[in-house]
Amino acid sequence: MNGTVLAFALRRAAATLALLLALSLLVFALLYLAPGDVARNLLGTRNVTPEALAGIRELHHLDEPFLAQYWWWLSHAMTGDFGTSIRTGGQVGPLLLDRTGITAATAGLAFLLSVLAGVPAGIAAALRRGRPLDRMLVAASVVGVSAPGFAVGLILLYVFALGLGWFPVYGTGEGFLDALWHLVLPAVALAFGLGAFVVKLTRAAVIRELDQDYVTFARGRGLSERRVLRLVLRNAAIPIVTSLGLMVAYLFGGTVLIEVTFALPGLGSLMEESVLFKDIPVVQALTLVVALVVSATALAVDLSYLAIDPRVRARAVRR
Amino acid sequence: MTHDPVTPLLDARDVRVTSAAGVLVAGVDLTVAPGETVAIVGESGSGKSMTARALTGLLPEGVHATGRLELSGQAYDLAGRTPWQRIRGSEIALLLQDPFTSLSPVHRCGQQIGWALPRAGRAAGVARLLAEVGLPAETAGRYPFQLSGGMRQRVAIAAALAAGPGLLIADEPTTALDVTTQHEVLELVAGLQRARRMGLILITHDLRLARARADRIMVMYAGRLAEEGPAAEVMDRPAHPYTARLAACDPPVTHRLPALPTIPGSVPRPYAVSGACAFADRCDLAAEVCRTAEPALAEVADGSGNSGHRVACVRPADVRPVAVLLPAVPPPAAAPPAVPLLETPPATAVPQEAGPSPALLTVRGLIKRFPGSAAPALDGVDLEVAAGEAVAVVGESGSGKTTLARCVVGLERPDGGSVAFAGRATGPRRVQYVFQDPYSALNPGLTVGASLAEALRAAGRPRSEVPGLLDLVGLPAAYARRRPQALSGGERQRVAIARALAPGAEVLVCDEPVSALDVSVQAQVLNLLSDLRRDLGLTLLFITHDLAVARQVADRVYVMHRGRVVEAGPVGDVLGAPAHEYTQRLLASVPAATRAE
Repeated sequence: MNGTVLAFALRRAAATLALLLALSLLVFALLYLAPGDVARNLLGTRNVTPEALAGIRELHHLDEPFLAQYWWWLSHAMTGDFGTSIRTGGQVGPLLLDRTGITAATAGLAFLLSVLAGVPAGIAAALRRGRPLDRMLVAASVVGVSAPGFAVGLILLYVFALGLGWFPVYGTGEGFLDALWHLVLPAVALAFGLGAFVVKLTRAAVIRELDQDYVTFARGRGLSERRVLRLVLRNAAIPIVTSLGLMVAYLFGGTVLIEVTFALPGLGSLMEESVLFKDIPVVQALTLVVALVVSATALAVDLSYLAIDPRVRARAVRR
Repeated sequence: MTHDPVTPLLDARDVRVTSAAGVLVAGVDLTVAPGETVAIVGESGSGKSMTARALTGLLPEGVHATGRLELSGQAYDLAGRTPWQRIRGSEIALLLQDPFTSLSPVHRCGQQIGWALPRAGRAAGVARLLAEVGLPAETAGRYPFQLSGGMRQRVAIAAALAAGPGLLIADEPTTALDVTTQHEVLELVAGLQRARRMGLILITHDLRLARARADRIMVMYAGRLAEEGPAAEVMDRPAHPYTARLAACDPPVTHRLPALPTIPGSVPRPYAVSGACAFADRCDLAAEVCRTAEPALAEVADGSGNSGHRVACVRPADVRPVAVLLPAVPPPAAAPPAVPLLETPPATAVPQEAGPSPALLTVRGLIKRFPGSAAPALDGVDLEVAAGEAVAVVGESGSGKTTLARCVVGLERPDGGSVAFAGRATGPRRVQYVFQDPYSALNPGLTVGASLAEALRAAGRPRSEVPGLLDLVGLPAAYARRRPQALSGGERQRVAIARALAPGAEVLVCDEPVSALDVSVQAQVLNLLSDLRRDLGLTLLFITHDLAVARQVADRVYVMHRGRVVEAGPVGDVLGAPAHEYTQRLLASVPAATRAE
């Protein structure tokens, strides 16, 4: 049985790889979808001389067929070489690496905050369905889901940074603790909407499980409320984990605006700058990175099913 | 027998259940002695399940109980802070209807049984309980979805008994199971009950089952106790007109009735009745006194003295059994009446020739295999239905009977074989389908009139035919403006039938059309189908798990088992003198037949 589960995991991983390959083809095609001559686009603001154009053509193998160019680009991308940035003229790879830490930290912190606060709040609301605490949490989560992250960020800045002076207004800070301190407000702003979403879906999942026959039967045969709650949570974990996976994609959308709001030099603000500047190699690299993270999360969610739902495990084995 | 001098295990007085809408159970007294089985019988809305929930403190949110509960000498106030945590499990356990939903899908069976056991020696305890319910020890390591329905219900029983309750309340414990499995599970419960001297409250809609299994029967109607007494007494000499009529609605499996007895109307909501007998509106014995005061429960004077047979009716002396469950007259069908029901008759050739007219529907060698399942759902099925004929396909879950029906109407594409209508392929709208669950078969957003008009339009017929269609199924034309939500189950199924008739269908494929309905409503719908057949010359292909229903509806019957037809022929021959071992087993599992031994 373990062998077949492993085979299933490998099959899913292979499917994810195929998906990424298809995505990379689309990403590469961005170069050609942008209006104007490819070589001129790649030259950017540099002087357009015949020599420079010829140099760019040779560097990017622009005279070869599309698929050959793609292969050339991809094989370099695999080693972390995404070419040179049009804007800065530097290598894209190190640029990206430079910016990744901040984004990963902000997004990770926001994810952690929203799960750590949202899941217990959702469970508490579900267990007190219809009572004041539930109504309050539901109302708060509606506000949270509908409030745009950058607006929340601005309010937080105004109150906690400018007004109370508890947190810095911008910047990244020096050293671990200082950096963390600088990231608190952006992470909270990002976690606000995310956490509200987690509250809503956790509440819905737990309520659905509480209404199931197996809960009545568990109580009807005298199991303790603690045991019943564990039973419910174990079953509710399946829809909650799925939705947490979906949130990762949402997280990337949110992080662009938050980083701009807080002037954080992360991938989000890099994305904003590069899109505005039509810095195609950087946009390509960023898009590919986001695609990689999102599909890796999807793969992780799929594999976590194997661990938490024996029915999926059985189906995986049968197939 | 068991219940005189012994102190009762459970003694509940004046149990009332109320919700925001009003009273759901209006004061019921209930006692159960050790080893005794008390059946609470009633249709949906009778309050039988609410009573069970009230006795275990498991009422849904917003529903409250009052009354006094005495358990092994200890008294509790149902309205107060009853220590349910201590009572449930060790004193009372509640077993639910559906073994597919009453176990957690993501925990192993052994875990679920073991939770109620002390940590030390848990594995041994689980193994002992599994052995007690007749399951191998390795079942502990399996997940519920890996087990059959009957095995799951055995696991559930083991889990319910883990804490050693003195009283088991079983709410429709076998309704979701196949007949043969039902029989096994009920035998198991009876055995466990004897071994543990456990009291049992059996909640059921099935009078035959109650009679076969219970010492005492309590009949509930609209939240009130209509009648109670020893099982045989209540069933053979019903003192309440409702009991008598309800028993009569239950179709016999042994012979066909020209028309099934029904109870007109439907069960009122418990809180809609006050100052009158709840049954008065549907009772043909009702007198003025029935409509002015609620009758009190009183001892039935039948000469035997203190039998405990009590009834809430002012005219019990006028109540007569409407019909009998076991036939007094030999069955009119072709089967030789001398052959006893359960004896193996000589194997007869399956008559394959069609009825009076040539076959309208011909199914040849139908094969269907669903991906991922080991055995084919249909494994070479042949079937013929003549014009105007009613043919039943009977079988248990997994026999392929529903897949066959779906292939016939084109809802499923067979992998092999053919379905032909009078020599041609399926004509548009000549065949219509009636689904099992009338609650999900109608679009809740459309009024009845809109649903029917839609079906009419599909056949290019005008909306003005809607009142006629409603009339055809015995509903007033004003129902066109209602939405399905405002209709009872029986009324919804009538609408579903009207919708199927809208395009002028010749063949109606009915997939378990009455299995979700109460017995009295089931009889109404079956009578409607038989009227329609006679008046419109309809041809019926009727899928059912219920042999008694097949007996009432069909001219011929096909018995399916594991994707194959194992026996076919005129209904009297097949059910009167079954040739195949499987048909015999099915028949032997019907509760009434069990009692006849």
